[in-house]
Amino acid sequence: MIVEASGLRKAYGSTAVLDGIDLEVAEGSVFALLGPNGAGKTTTIRILSTLTKPDAGNLRVAGFDVVREAAKVRGVISLTGQYAAVDGEQTGRENLVMVGRLMHLGRAKARDRAGELLERFDLVDAADRRVKTYSGGMRRRLDLAMSLVAAPEVIFLDEPTTGLDPASRNTMWDAIRDLVRTGTTIFLTTQYLEEADRLADRIMVLDKGKVVAHGTADALKAKVGGDRLDLRFTSAAALGVAATRLGGFTDRERLVLSVPSDGTATHLHSVLDDLRTANAVPAQVSSHRPTLDDVFLALTSREGVPA
Amino acid sequence: MSHAIADSMTMIGRSIRLGRRNAETLIMSIVLPLMMMALFVYVFGGAIDTGTAYINYVVPGIILLCTGFGAASTAMAVADDMNSGMIDRLRSMPIRSFAVLTGHVTASIARNTMSTTIVVGAAFAMGFRPSASLVEWLAAAGLLLLYVLALSWLAAGLGAMAKSVEAASSMSFFMLFLPYLSSAFVPTDTMPSFLQGISEHQPITPVIETVRGLLTGTPIGDKGGIALAWSVGLLVASFAIATALYRRRITD
Repeated sequence: MIVEASGLRKAYGSTAVLDGIDLEVAEGSVFALLGPNGAGKTTTIRILSTLTKPDAGNLRVAGFDVVREAAKVRGVISLTGQYAAVDGEQTGRENLVMVGRLMHLGRAKARDRAGELLERFDLVDAADRRVKTYSGGMRRRLDLAMSLVAAPEVIFLDEPTTGLDPASRNTMWDAIRDLVRTGTTIFLTTQYLEEADRLADRIMVLDKGKVVAHGTADALKAKVGGDRLDLRFTSAAALGVAATRLGGFTDRERLVLSVPSDGTATHLHSVLDDLRTANAVPAQVSSHRPTLDDVFLALTSREGVPA
Repeated sequence: MSHAIADSMTMIGRSIRLGRRNAETLIMSIVLPLMMMALFVYVFGGAIDTGTAYINYVVPGIILLCTGFGAASTAMAVADDMNSGMIDRLRSMPIRSFAVLTGHVTASIARNTMSTTIVVGAAFAMGFRPSASLVEWLAAAGLLLLYVLALSWLAAGLGAMAKSVEAASSMSFFMLFLPYLSSAFVPTDTMPSFLQGISEHQPITPVIETVRGLLTGTPIGDKGGIALAWSVGLLVASFAIATALYRRRITD
């Protein structure tokens, strides 16, 4: 495990921000920390990237203790924070060369590395323009490129696509997938379920400083249950009849009956045959796979909506 | 150690580049002092009796006023780094992140050297006629350098503490204001007695009196020693304050 944390706690004053987090990230995988604002995602990333001291917990990155061997941890990680850490008054190339110089690559090597990264992140045309003229997507790409100058083993990405338009988000996702292909371990936080679903091998759902679920996207979806069929009726009477025969959840307002399904055509046929016999044929049928949204709502909802 | 120096050099290069390209900083460090000098020499100067050509009297004051503007720019540049993601990036790298302050302070010195040179050049064009020998010029430059270094570290400390660039700007306000309560523009004996108390016991008056004495031959008296003591004391205190405020800021 390249990132390990156990019993991670952090409080500000009397407010517990992280209340006993355990996590493990396998080398070369993508790990997503998913949760709403205030769940503790950023604090977790700040602690693991040595910026904030934990109150308690055993934390290791690439085998180094995050608190006692912070300098060694810094040598193998990089952090891309929520706000692009780029200098607007420097050009993209100057920003990259600066990081290269700070990583002691030497003048020539720093220039070469900057050139490579500009190419890889599709910033060649804008390379010698000041960054303040860049779009939000370009700034994020440059920010990520700056994190890669020293080829880190673990990259921490704090909400890498928050505030980006869909096209820029896709470009960012492609860039992250490319990184995975080179064997880099990625630890990201996100508020977007789709992002975690698309990128991550393992997802941890965090709410109010506690882990509420942990596993693969599929395992999390399974927690909420399998596929469902939503049957919409034109009358409350028909809905009543169908509910008596099939069970499931009724939504009286929308006249929808939701029943568990194994997702096969055979099951759909048998349901419809059954309803025809009972003279309660639905007007519309839709099949519904649980999304991470369902997981998320089910697990973190303040009102306790049933899963 | 060599890495620490290399990192500082990288950050100095960055700060100088940022300062050079920031229009606001350039205006504050060049255009504003020139305007202030023109204002004092041509508008107020005629009504102020200093017993000498007013331009000869006011140049040291304008130079010190510049250092105030320069310090405000430094505080704002540091605050910008502390409140953008930059400080997090630097702190998560295997370097001494304090280099970010060293970079801004050094850039501040460079900027002040440039603006002072421009101000003195413009003053010559406006009729400034100093009587200083080379040694006196060097002594004046040395004292100013010491004072600017002290003020820049203080500004860096304020910037490290500020929660926003705007806050840094307003915190450095007193640095802009202090020269007006000194002998920079008018002899202090024309001020009401409580203001004389302030002006005599703040660092700018002895520094100005010493620089004025060195450049134009006015009596320095014990002001030279006091100016040196203030500058050295201020430098030591400012550096300590900047270090402490930076440490406190990055600890959470």
